[in-house]
Amino acid sequence: MWKFIHKLSSPPYFFDFAKRIIPWLLIIGILQLIIGVISGLFFAPADYQQGDAFRIIYVHVPAAYLSIMIYTIMAAASFVGLIWRIKLAHTVSISAAPVGAWLTFLALLTGSIWGRPMWGTWWEWGDPRLTSELIMFFLYIGFIALHSSVDDLKKADKAGAILILVGAINVPIIHFSVEWWSSLHQGPTLFRADGPSIDPSMLYPLVLMILGFCFYFCALILIRIRGEILYRQQNTNWVRNLIERENYE
Amino acid sequence: MKNQTQPTLFQGFKGILIRDILLTYKRPGDLLNPIFFFVMVSTLFPLALDPSPEKLAGIASGVIWVAALLSSLLPINSLFLNDLEDGSLDQLLLSPQPLPLLMLGKTLAHWLVSGFPLTLICPVIAITYNLEINTISIMVLTLIMGTMSLSLLSSVASAITIGLKRNNILVSLLILPLAMPILIFGSQTVSLAQTNNPTAAGLYFLMAYLIITLSFAPFATASAVKIGNE
Repeated sequence: MWKFIHKLSSPPYFFDFAKRIIPWLLIIGILQLIIGVISGLFFAPADYQQGDAFRIIYVHVPAAYLSIMIYTIMAAASFVGLIWRIKLAHTVSISAAPVGAWLTFLALLTGSIWGRPMWGTWWEWGDPRLTSELIMFFLYIGFIALHSSVDDLKKADKAGAILILVGAINVPIIHFSVEWWSSLHQGPTLFRADGPSIDPSMLYPLVLMILGFCFYFCALILIRIRGEILYRQQNTNWVRNLIERENYE
Repeated sequence: MKNQTQPTLFQGFKGILIRDILLTYKRPGDLLNPIFFFVMVSTLFPLALDPSPEKLAGIASGVIWVAALLSSLLPINSLFLNDLEDGSLDQLLLSPQPLPLLMLGKTLAHWLVSGFPLTLICPVIAITYNLEINTISIMVLTLIMGTMSLSLLSSVASAITIGLKRNNILVSLLILPLAMPILIFGSQTVSLAQTNNPTAAGLYFLMAYLIITLSFAPFATASAVKIGNE
C-alpha cells in the first residue's frame, strides 16, 4: 500500500497510471450522469410544493458539493506538498482550481435560477450559504490570480498552498453555517444523524448525479494534471522519450 | 565575548515590537493616512445619501465597518516592503529567535499603529451617525477583535505576495474573501445592539475567529516569508 503511494508521487508513474484509469472514470461517470439525468428529470415525482422546479437540485447539489470537495482536496494536496515537499501535489491544486471555480459558479447560478420562483428573488444577501459559496468563489479566484502572478513556478506553488490552507478555515464555516444561522436556505437533507429526509424516489437520482459528477470531474482533473505534468517536466528525459516514441508510432 | 547570552524569547518579541512602532513613529504619514481615509470615507456616505438621522443610524454599522475594513487594507504593503528592501528581513530570518514569534511581534505592532487608532477614532464617527452610547461600546468591541484578526490575515497575505511587483490589488483580492466573515459578524452585531437584541453570539464568534487566526497566522506568515526569500 505505502509502496504504491510512494510510486504515485513520481510524475512518470502517475502519468501512466492516470492514463489507464481515466477511461474507466469517464465511462462510469457518464453512465451515471445519463441514468441520473433521465431518472431525475422524467421519473422522479414532482415536489408537492415546488412542482417541477425542484429538479434543478440534480445539478445544483452535486455542483455545490463538489465545489467544497475540490477545495478540500486542494487543501489536502497543499498540506502534502508543503510538509513532504511532493511536487506532484502542487500540480493537483493548480489543475483542480479552475474546475472548482467553475463548479462554484455553476452552484451559484443554478441556486439563483431556483431562487427566483421559490424565494421570489434572484439573490438573497441574507442567506449565509449563498454568501459563503460566493466567498468560496472568491477564494478560488484569489488562488488562481496569485498563482498566475508569481513568475517562479516553485514559489507560486508554495505561496498558493499557504493561501489555500489559510482559506481552508472557510470550508467548515460554509458547512456549518446552515446550523449556525437560521436562514432561508433549507437545512441539511442528505447527511443527517437520523438519515436523509428526502423521499427515496427523489434521492436515488440525486445520489447518482453526485457520484456521476465525482467520477466525471475526477477524470477531468486527472486529464488536466497529465497536461500540467507534461508542461512542467518538458525538459526531462522521460518526456522526450515519450514524445519521440509517439512520433515514431 | 564569553558572557554574551542569547536574548530570551520575550526580549526578541519586545524588540521587534518596539522597533516597528518606532519606525512608524518616525514616518507619521503611515499612521495618519489610513485614519484620515477612514474619516473621509465615513463622511462620503451622509453627503451622498439622505442625511436624516434615522437613515444614518440605519446604515451606520455597515458604513463604519466597511470603511474600517478598507482603510486597514491601505498600510498592508508597508508591512514587509521596507524590511525586504533594506535587508532587515534577512536578519530576521537568520536570528536565533523563532520566526513565528517575530512575525507575531510585527503583526501586533502593525495592529497597534493601524487597527487600534481606528477603534479610537470610531466613536467620534459613530456619534455623528446618531448612534447611542451602548451601541458605540459594542461597536468598539467588535472593531478591536475584528481589526486584530484583520491584521493577522493581512500579515499572511502580504507575506505570500512578498517581492511581487504591483501586488497592491492582489493583496486585497486575497484578504477580502477571508475577511468577509469578520465583516458580516461585526456589522450584524452592531445592528443587533442598535435594536437592543442580545449581542453575545456575534462577540463570541469574533473572539473565536480571532483565536483561530491568532493560532495559525504567525506560522503561515513565517513559512510564507521563508518561501519568499528562498
